[in-house]
Amino acid sequence: MSERIKKVFSDKKKKLITFVTGGDPDKKTSQKILEKIVECGSDVVEIGMPFSDPMADGPTIQLSSNRAINNGTNLETIFNICKNIRKINNAIPIVLMGYYNVIFHFGVKRFVCECSKIGIDGLIIVDLQPEEDPELFDEIQFHDIDLIRLITPTTDPKRLKKIIQHASGFLYYVTITGITGQKSADMKELKHSVKEIRRQSNLPIVAGFGIKDKNQVSEICAITDGAVVGSSIVKIIENNLNQSDVILKLIGDFVKELKKGTNQ
Amino acid sequence: MTQNKNTYKQFPDEKGYFGQFGGRYVSETLMPLILEVEEEYNKLKNDKDFINDFKYFLKNYVGRPSPLFFAERITNDLKGPKIYFKRDELNHTGAHKINNCVGQILLAKKMGKQRIIAETGAGQHGVATATVCALFGLKCVIYMGEKDIERQSPNVFRMKLLGAEIHSVSSGSKSLKDAMNEALRDWVTNVRDTFYIIGTTAGPHPYPSMVRDFQSIIGKEVRTQILEYENKLPDLLVACIGGGSNALGLFYDFLDDNEVKMLAVEAAGLGLKSGKHAASLSGGQPGVLHGNKTYLLQSDSGQIEEAHSISAGLDYPGIGPEHSFLFDEKRVQYVSATDEEALKAFQYCCHKEGIIPALEPAHALAALIKIAPKMNSDEIVVMNMCGRGDKDIFTVAKELNIKL
Repeated sequence: MSERIKKVFSDKKKKLITFVTGGDPDKKTSQKILEKIVECGSDVVEIGMPFSDPMADGPTIQLSSNRAINNGTNLETIFNICKNIRKINNAIPIVLMGYYNVIFHFGVKRFVCECSKIGIDGLIIVDLQPEEDPELFDEIQFHDIDLIRLITPTTDPKRLKKIIQHASGFLYYVTITGITGQKSADMKELKHSVKEIRRQSNLPIVAGFGIKDKNQVSEICAITDGAVVGSSIVKIIENNLNQSDVILKLIGDFVKELKKGTNQ
Repeated sequence: MTQNKNTYKQFPDEKGYFGQFGGRYVSETLMPLILEVEEEYNKLKNDKDFINDFKYFLKNYVGRPSPLFFAERITNDLKGPKIYFKRDELNHTGAHKINNCVGQILLAKKMGKQRIIAETGAGQHGVATATVCALFGLKCVIYMGEKDIERQSPNVFRMKLLGAEIHSVSSGSKSLKDAMNEALRDWVTNVRDTFYIIGTTAGPHPYPSMVRDFQSIIGKEVRTQILEYENKLPDLLVACIGGGSNALGLFYDFLDDNEVKMLAVEAAGLGLKSGKHAASLSGGQPGVLHGNKTYLLQSDSGQIEEAHSISAGLDYPGIGPEHSFLFDEKRVQYVSATDEEALKAFQYCCHKEGIIPALEPAHALAALIKIAPKMNSDEIVVMNMCGRGDKDIFTVAKELNIKL
C-alpha cells in the first residue's frame, strides 16, 4: 500500500489526476511538462509507459506513444523522469500506466523493485485483469505500491467483487465502453456504477476516459472522488510540437483550470 | 497401442494456458464478454444441434471433405517421399479460413450478436467472414491494413461485393497486427452488440482453442483419407504458419500419434538475418500481445517489431500460443522459408501440378522441396494446401517484373 496515495485521498476534497505519456514529445520536454503539471496543482500524476500497440487508446495517445518510442524512450527514461519528480516533490503520488508486455519484457521482479526504489506509488496495467495478475501482484505486495484496478460499464456486481478483492489505493472507473479520448461519459451509468462500487468498497473512486475540460471534471467530481484527464493534455503537445515553451505554458494553464473544476 | 498419458491434447487448462502460453490479456471492458464467449462455446461444442449445423454447412456450403491429392509429378521430381496435398484451397472462398468462420458465426448467432467484426491480412479471413455474414444476414465490418488493401485488392473487392464494410488501417506497419489492434478497439467500443471473429489460433482464451477445434476437421479428414489410400498414417505433416490455424488444423488430430512428425514453416521474409521477417519462433521471445502470452518479435525494450513477408497472411509478428507450447515441447519442428524460396515454390507448383497455390502454402512447399530429397521413398508426407493463389497473382507479377 502506498502511503502517499492514502494521504492524498485522506481529506474530502476532490482530486485531479493528469495523464501524459512519458518521453513525449522528447525526453527533456517531457520532464518539464511533468514538473509543470505537479507545480500547477495536479493531485496525482499518471505517466504512460509507451507501447507500440496501445489497444485501449485512441489516436491522440497512440501518436504520443509513437513519438516517445521514436525518440528512444524506454523504461529507463520513465524511471529517470520519476526520479527527477521525486527530487522536487516527495508527496505527490506517481502512478505508471501501460501495457503488460513492456513490464514482462523488462522482468516483473526487477520492474517492481525499481519502482519501489524510486518511490512510484501505483500501477495501472490496461491489459492485466485479476485473472492474469498474480505474477505482478505477488511481487507488488511486498512493496508500498498499489495495483490500481480498472472497473468498466460492463463489469457486473459479481465480477466487481473479484476485482475489489485485492484492490488498494484507489479504484479507476472507465466511464465509457471504448478507447481513450473519444466519447464522453454517460452520467446516468456512472452514477449507477459508482453507487454499486461504494456498496462493495470503501476505496476512493476516480473516473477517466473522455473527460475533456473543467466542466466535465466538475460534473464527474460531483459523483466520484476525482477525475482523470489525459488525451486533452496530450493533444496540446500534439498541436504544438517543437515549441516546448508554448506546450509548457498551455499545459500549465490548462491544469490550473482543470483543478478549479474539482472545487466546484 | 498404449494410451499416451501425457497427451498434448489436454491443453489449454481451465485458465486458457498451453504450458506457459495463452491466457486472457484484455482490457476489463472486454473481460466479461470473453468469459461469456468461453461459457457459451463450452456449452455449444457438445451440443448436438450445433455439431449437426456445423457439419451441415461444412458439407453443403464449404464443400467438405476437401480432397487428398497425390502430387505425383512433384513426388517423382523430388525423388523422396510420396507427397499428398490436402486440398483446402478448394473450399468455398478459396482457403481453410471458412471452416472457422462457419463455427464462430453459429456461436455469434446463438449469443444474439447482430454485428460481426474481423481483422484480415491476406483477405482470406475477411472474405470468409464477409461470406458467412451474408449467409446469416449479419452486419460485417472488416479491418485491414492499408498495405494489405493494396497488395490483396481482389479480396478487397470480393468483401465489398459480399456486403462488408472495409476499414483501412493506416497505423503502425499498416498490416495484420495493426488491423487486429483496430478490431480490438472497435470491439471495446461496441462490446454489447458485436462479436469478433478472430481468424487464427491466437487472441484471448477461448479463441486459440476454439479456432483450432473448428479447423481440426482438416486433420480428421486426412486421417480417414490416408488410411484409405495408404493403410498407414503419414510420416510427416507440413504446413505454413502465420498465426497458425491451418497448421494446427492439420496437426491437432495427430498430436498424440508419436510416429507422425510435423513440420511448420514460418515466413523468413528477406532472410532471418536481415531482420525483415515474420518468424516469431525463430527470431522472437515470449511476450504479451493481442490477448495472449506467446512468442513475439520485439525490441530490447519490449516494443513489438514490424514483421515482413511477401505473404500478407503470414506477415504477423506473433504466433498462436499453442504453437509456442509445441515449439518449446519440440513436438513440432519449426523452420522457415524466405520470400524468394516461396516465389520459386509458387511457380514450381503451378508448372508441376497445375495448382496455383496461395503464397502462404508456397512457403510450406518451399520447405518441403528442401527436405524431401533426404527422405525415403516409402515415407508419406501430407502438406496442407491451405489457400489458392488467385489473390496473389498481382504480387507475383510485380515480383517477376511482369506487367499485367
